[in-house]
Amino acid sequence: MGGPTVTIVRTGTANTASVVAAFGRLGTRAVLSDDPDAIAGAPMVVLPGVGSFSAGVERLSATGVDRAIIGRVDQNRPTLGICLGMQLFAGSSDESPGVAGLGVIDANATALPGSVSVPQLGWNRIEADPGCRILRNGEVYYANSYKLDAVPVGWRGAMTTHGDRFVGAIERGPVVLCQFHPELSGAFGAGMLGRWIEIAGGVPC
Amino acid sequence: MLTVRVIPCLDVRGGRVVKGVKFQGLRDAGDPAELAERYEREGADEIVVLDVSATAEERAAACGTVAEVRHAVGIPVTVGGGVRTGDDAGRLLDAGADRVSVNSAAVANPGLVREIADRFGVQCCVVAIDAAATGPGGWEVVTNAGTHRTGIDAVAWSQRCASLGAGEILLTSWDRDGTGSGYDLGLLGAVAGAVRIPVVASGGASGPGHMAEACDAGADAVLAASIFHDGVLTVRDVKRDLERAGVPVRMEGLS
Repeated sequence: MGGPTVTIVRTGTANTASVVAAFGRLGTRAVLSDDPDAIAGAPMVVLPGVGSFSAGVERLSATGVDRAIIGRVDQNRPTLGICLGMQLFAGSSDESPGVAGLGVIDANATALPGSVSVPQLGWNRIEADPGCRILRNGEVYYANSYKLDAVPVGWRGAMTTHGDRFVGAIERGPVVLCQFHPELSGAFGAGMLGRWIEIAGGVPC
Repeated sequence: MLTVRVIPCLDVRGGRVVKGVKFQGLRDAGDPAELAERYEREGADEIVVLDVSATAEERAAACGTVAEVRHAVGIPVTVGGGVRTGDDAGRLLDAGADRVSVNSAAVANPGLVREIADRFGVQCCVVAIDAAATGPGGWEVVTNAGTHRTGIDAVAWSQRCASLGAGEILLTSWDRDGTGSGYDLGLLGAVAGAVRIPVVASGGASGPGHMAEACDAGADAVLAASIFHDGVLTVRDVKRDLERAGVPVRMEGLS
């Protein structure tokens, strides 16, 4: 496969095989890394995530990858966070009270309401802000128990409803943070990843 | 809104998809990755891969098959069969599974459910429950491919699994499996009413009518094997009928 390589942060808990396979189907090579320098310098980085908020934060700070990731987002360099890999950018989460997140987004992740099935497992609709370049309206696959409630200032977003209305994804230039799993969202997800690669490719390293 | 998932199930033995009634009289139904890819094109919301020989023959599920299915599809893949330890689950996740399903081993060692949930996340942890009726309104858990009746109440066991960290129950009616006579709606309603986590209906569907009934009874997803493998109904056909019946399903790209 030619073209750019995407670097996937090895988190130890996330099942990264789906992410690697999704990029492979798009003809983009994916490599795994937990080296902060490699992650800071990579043209495109994906922060995948399953598992708990506290375990995710611990792992990122133990390897020093937290500072590399924060730096990338602050500088608007191509970065994609998925599921827990989105929530980790918040300041805190009700899942792990007292644990500080990366704090890039001024938000607290909250639990899905008691009136609906939790975890939310399955396909739900996102409605994207018309100004989005990477996100579109469509049906996407979720596997989450926590969520962010509002699109932060300076970002454009897509919203979903499961009991409450919550943030499906946000984008700011080549930085995209998704509560859903684009790598598991079939043709729609593949289209979204393709747009991210295209926009990321236009960003100088 | 969250849609009801339609899930083709691939029962795999020796790297091939097989079909049979109550795991007996197995016949070849094709290559797992090829079938999975076809089902994704037809609109499947997820693929379940079960190694039906794993428990009976005491062997680990085939990671090679999982990797092939993973590369073939861009939808979630749940894998079960022969998972006895957290490390077994880890190997399947590394091979490309998104979620792992435990069955007999969880009954023998309920701590396994908590271990998988803690290590890999609640959303990764599916507990498959095979249940057989004991009388009106009663069901017991059966294990080891139906050969062992445990005497454990299926509804109480599903609640225990949820409290241990299961993120989903894959509920198979042992009485209905392979019969085509419809899901056991009483069992389904009892379990779905007792837990907050999603419940997947399995065992007995011969068409979309049965699936719509299961959704009315509280199922969050419907699983079927032979009706799809036989080619009588495509996933697309089933979803169109479910949509007409008022069940919310993902139809994008299927019109």
